[in-house]
Amino acid sequence: MTFTIPIDNGDALKNAETDSQRTLYPYVTGTSIVAIKYKDGVLMASDMGGSYGSTLRYKNIERVKAIGKHSLLGASGEISDFQEILRYLDELVLNDNMWDDGNSLGPKEVHNYLTRVMYNRRNKFNPLWNTLVLGGVKNGQSYLGMVSMIGVSFEDNHVATGFGNHLARPILRDEWHADLSFEDGVKLLEKCMRVLLYRDRSAINKLQIAKITEEGVTVSQPYSLKTFWEFQAFHNPTAGAQGSW
Amino acid sequence: MMDLNLDAPHSMGTTIIGVTYNGGVVLGADSRTSTGMYVANRASDKTTQLTDNVYVCRSGSAADSQVVSDYVRYFLHQHTIQLGQPATVKVSANLIRMLAYNNKNMLQTGLIVGGWDKYEGGKIYGIPLGGTVVEQPFAIGGSGSSYLYGFFDQAWKENMTKEEAEQLVVKAVSLAIARDGASGGVVRTVIINSEGVTRNFYPGDKLQLWHEELEPQNSLLDILNAAGPEPMAI
Repeated sequence: MTFTIPIDNGDALKNAETDSQRTLYPYVTGTSIVAIKYKDGVLMASDMGGSYGSTLRYKNIERVKAIGKHSLLGASGEISDFQEILRYLDELVLNDNMWDDGNSLGPKEVHNYLTRVMYNRRNKFNPLWNTLVLGGVKNGQSYLGMVSMIGVSFEDNHVATGFGNHLARPILRDEWHADLSFEDGVKLLEKCMRVLLYRDRSAINKLQIAKITEEGVTVSQPYSLKTFWEFQAFHNPTAGAQGSW
Repeated sequence: MMDLNLDAPHSMGTTIIGVTYNGGVVLGADSRTSTGMYVANRASDKTTQLTDNVYVCRSGSAADSQVVSDYVRYFLHQHTIQLGQPATVKVSANLIRMLAYNNKNMLQTGLIVGGWDKYEGGKIYGIPLGGTVVEQPFAIGGSGSSYLYGFFDQAWKENMTKEEAEQLVVKAVSLAIARDGASGGVVRTVIINSEGVTRNFYPGDKLQLWHEELEPQNSLLDILNAAGPEPMAI
């Protein structure tokens, strides 16, 4: 096998290696992303953890990033692939700016680009091991969508990845409604994140909530949620049946 | 013998550490290279120079980590000539990332890049399997690092002095060696700051003893003689 020095392939996307590669499994992974549309735009929450198998190895990873002026990208899954996607988007935004025509990429366009990237990699059996959440606002229109590592792509009023699919979505289906205020939106996301903290082994108690509106992007400082343990049943779980657990 | 779980990340022989302090960085590593159960080299140097001001700690496959370091040293050499001044730690880390990420299916090496440059001062970047880059105030890696997560959670603090930082690194590597079969030998440290680079060497007998470890002796005979001429007499 010839070992060609892999100097930056601008075409890494189209991957022209002689031996076909496939990614088999992720190494450093991020857990759920939860996002909702609200009155002024989109809110997106994630924790700051990077797990390495079952070890909670990294506790300061930002998994939600601003893209251009109008979008937010949140990622779960392999962090190195997320970092690579950010590089591709950097190039995309740069080229878009170079037209210098006053136009700028909106969330719908970025979502579409990502969908193509993810699906094409999937077809080559070499996926980017991420589930991505793309939210944004342009010209007063809010947008929220997601793309999985196999290229499944859709938009909705509320989305969640990973464990969030099972734990957050039922809450959102029940309690989301149009025109949520910022405060209600944050409280709703925190409700979801707290459940994830209780029930997702790879969740850590350090999260950020990002907001995108027509004005722009704000990512909150990292913070922790209080948790509740004072149920009587928790204090005396075996009261009814000694020896049980 | 062992159950092979191919889905879990591979643990790697070695303990490597990188720590920032008030003015620079301290890198540290053990010195054991193993081939299966045999110790192929008991005095390896896992802290490898990339440039005058940037070093990398290597873990995992010895071959993979060596070839990656060699390529990056080569790229950085050219980069320095072209730039006309010392390369930054960030650039070094990103070059390693480029190789680690683009060859993720073939490489099995976790690296810790540390150094000092005039723009950012002392910086540490962790580059685990897969090619993620994480800038951290301190980083630990290798199979021995499993035993150090709790230790660092408790012992790490910001803005240590150079002496405190080096003591912490030596203590940590020594603790990992005590429990990790794939780590052993001596502790090597590299201190990098604005003044330059200092390499230190701590053989086993210079380190403090941990639980169930005994003071090394030349021979049992010395112990028996020290106790008196008739130690077994009642």
